[in-house]
Amino acid sequence: MPGRVRIPATKYPVERLKLPNGLRVVLNPDRSAPVIGVAVVYDVGIRSEPEGRTGFAHLFEHLMFQGSQNLEKLAHFRYVQGSGGTFNGSTHLDYTDYFETLPANALERALFLEADRMRGPRLTEENLRNQCDVVKEEIRVNVLNRPYGGFPWLKLPPVMFDTYPNAHDGYGSFEDLESATVADAEDFFRKYYAAGNATLSVSGDFDVEKATRLIEAHFGDVPKRPAPKRPNFDEPDLAAERRDAYPDPHAPLPAYASAWRVPDPIADFEGYLPYVVLAEVLTDGDASRLVRRLIQQDRSATSVGGYIGFMGEPFEVRNPTALLLQAHLPPGGDVDKVMRVVDEECERLATDGLEDGELQRIQSRIATHLLRECDAVLGRALRMAVLELQRGDASVMNDLPKLIGEVTAEQVVAAASTLRPARRATIEVEVASR
Amino acid sequence: MTTTVAPKSTRRVSLTELPGLEANRRLALPRSSERTLSNGLTVIAIRRPAVPLVEVRLRIPFAKTHLARGDVLSQTLFSGTPTRDTVQIAAELQAVGGGLGASTDPDRLLVAGNALAAGLPRLLEVLGDVLQNATYPKTEVVTERERIADRIQVLRTQPGHLARAALLRRIYPGHPYAVQTPTVAAVHAVKPGELRKLHGERILPSGATLVLVGDINAERAIDDVETALSGWVGGGEPASYPATPAIKPGPIELVDRPGSVQSSMRLALPAVGRTHEDFPALQLANLIFGGYFSSRWTENIREDKGYTYGPHSSVEHSIAGSALVLAADVATDVTAPALLETWYELGRLATTPPKADELEQARQYVVGSLLLGMSTQAGLAGLASTYAGYGLRLDYLIGYSAGLAKASREQVADVAARYLAPAKAATVVLGDADRVESSVRLLGPVERGSSE
Repeated sequence: MPGRVRIPATKYPVERLKLPNGLRVVLNPDRSAPVIGVAVVYDVGIRSEPEGRTGFAHLFEHLMFQGSQNLEKLAHFRYVQGSGGTFNGSTHLDYTDYFETLPANALERALFLEADRMRGPRLTEENLRNQCDVVKEEIRVNVLNRPYGGFPWLKLPPVMFDTYPNAHDGYGSFEDLESATVADAEDFFRKYYAAGNATLSVSGDFDVEKATRLIEAHFGDVPKRPAPKRPNFDEPDLAAERRDAYPDPHAPLPAYASAWRVPDPIADFEGYLPYVVLAEVLTDGDASRLVRRLIQQDRSATSVGGYIGFMGEPFEVRNPTALLLQAHLPPGGDVDKVMRVVDEECERLATDGLEDGELQRIQSRIATHLLRECDAVLGRALRMAVLELQRGDASVMNDLPKLIGEVTAEQVVAAASTLRPARRATIEVEVASR
Repeated sequence: MTTTVAPKSTRRVSLTELPGLEANRRLALPRSSERTLSNGLTVIAIRRPAVPLVEVRLRIPFAKTHLARGDVLSQTLFSGTPTRDTVQIAAELQAVGGGLGASTDPDRLLVAGNALAAGLPRLLEVLGDVLQNATYPKTEVVTERERIADRIQVLRTQPGHLARAALLRRIYPGHPYAVQTPTVAAVHAVKPGELRKLHGERILPSGATLVLVGDINAERAIDDVETALSGWVGGGEPASYPATPAIKPGPIELVDRPGSVQSSMRLALPAVGRTHEDFPALQLANLIFGGYFSSRWTENIREDKGYTYGPHSSVEHSIAGSALVLAADVATDVTAPALLETWYELGRLATTPPKADELEQARQYVVGSLLLGMSTQAGLAGLASTYAGYGLRLDYLIGYSAGLAKASREQVADVAARYLAPAKAATVVLGDADRVESSVRLLGPVERGSSE
């Protein structure tokens, strides 16, 4: 194959420390731009929220922005943005993150803000009711009022999984959200938002020694509470195919998504990585197998996608998780037919193997995506915080392009051979008659 | 600009009081190299070696292009040349970690992509082949036009798209900006021959700008461009649009979307371009009103009242004119109260000056946003390319920063009165009309609009 290039690596320095209260800290100095990214990640997510409280992890994330020990409501937003920065938070299956990107002169301010809410948010009835309303509007805008809302990330887990942590709706039912109480929030904070259950990471333009001193000063007196023991959320692999369908009142085109369980991303990283590559072999770009077959050749799909994890973050998810393939079909399209063709293509890959140069070009493209995500200070801060939290080693970030590059053709072929109909869970979006 | 003194290293850290900021860094612009090639293409290259990648943005003026043909052209530009088919093009780019895609708006066609830095010559070679020799094969054109038609069908079920389309029709009557999405029928009718003709007439280097940012040697990268793209020739008088008409306020336009569980409010107000003397103060007024989270509008209708998830206002620039556009999706039951609060916050800023600390906060935010926006290869490439489309370079930021630094409360108040007054707003509400009309009518005249 002409034009082959070596997969490059990053050499971002990574300093790690742990405070006496258990907070794990990762520092990634890089002085190439006068900005910093600060992230605090807590080891709690959608899978840990209590039964009868669907959507609670996300609602609680909102409450972490409503004031804390020394900060009134609205203060966090104003101080970050009034320092020239941006902020946000997000709730995932296995973790919840809080982060800021700021000009480098605001480092201490960001540390102060994060430490203050780690000591405790201001949990009031008024804030709870207000943010419950805001979250309901978020669900309306992202799920209820648009086509394909929650597809497939909220719709497929209940087909694939049997236990509440893995199967339930992470955005939550309005009924559950409305019944949430301040006492629930206090319990949730006490149990999961312990310093020992979190990592703090700082990336960008700062001096390590000075940042370390500031971190010790601001976070050192956050009380030590024991980190909860993380439950094992594993479920057995599917023994028989599962399939369900639902009508979407807004959807003009049929769509479907299938998922297959993959190896444990943490315990069996080596066995897991080939699936990351496989998803791209099947669906990344005009030269990928399913785009060629379904879109260009058969014209039986109008778009296809493939990725790992219901939230599409292969290096930020724990077991159990899955490889997903999804497609939107032209009007009147036949989902069964598309699924049969996908089976055929997986079978062909498993039998005939990869084409010349196919693996290398996919690995190169994945490397570009990984490197690009690292270019932003916040991308680095978040990735390192989660890697440290889930794998105990933030420096894996530098190794990811190389690890992807070491996946072999045999491993990808073997992974393809596991995408059999009997192990598959499928959800179909039906076009509502109008 | 406010600056506070850096904390001394011996200072005791307070755990109860907000730490001050260290001294602000001066806005440092990256060094960029620029060359206009003999074919008229302007190339701007910036070395930012943070990660071993290169970002590529090719911006080609595309005004007055047939809407459906322009759309299909952008989706089939990479579908084949005499020596490469669609799969070979994609595979060759991937082999160097690369990818390229094209998109259009009423002003320009943009080819955007990236690759491992070592793959730049290969990416440029493929790009050069496509620009000079794209064939628009029949099979690929038929496939892509069907896909675009499918996508338009999906767009038409999305409230965000429908509300925006209604607003554009409302504020740009008779102007080409009024309709920016082609009809399904027009897309179906596009022929490969029309695309080849359009390509010959409009995919030309003269007036186009290519921006490269990344782990590159700037001069050598421009040499690579010269090698790969010097055979791409052609040019003519650039097409342009008449200036956009002034926004006419008029009645509230209510567009029915039966069963909608939210109302999508869109308002447009007058605005000016980046180089207008009012622009820095207008940007600050926009931020104070609704341009960032810590704005009056967000604090009111989200954080106080819980009417909405994410209200936002921004100054939108197009070559033929600018507008200040407000967007919020609110619960159906609170449509009228949310609109009232929106007008209230516009009116409050238009009639009374902002507080000093509000202005400082907005100023810090916009300056910080510039730093953050330039801190990645992709951010820098996008900024340089967009500015180039308006005849500006990154040094525009020097004057803009100075304008921001000196904008006073009085200036912001003056600009708010002239641009943000609710009496100047054109208002569109897309929602379940039967449920919201009677209460919205309490606020002013309403007329029913159509959804496309």
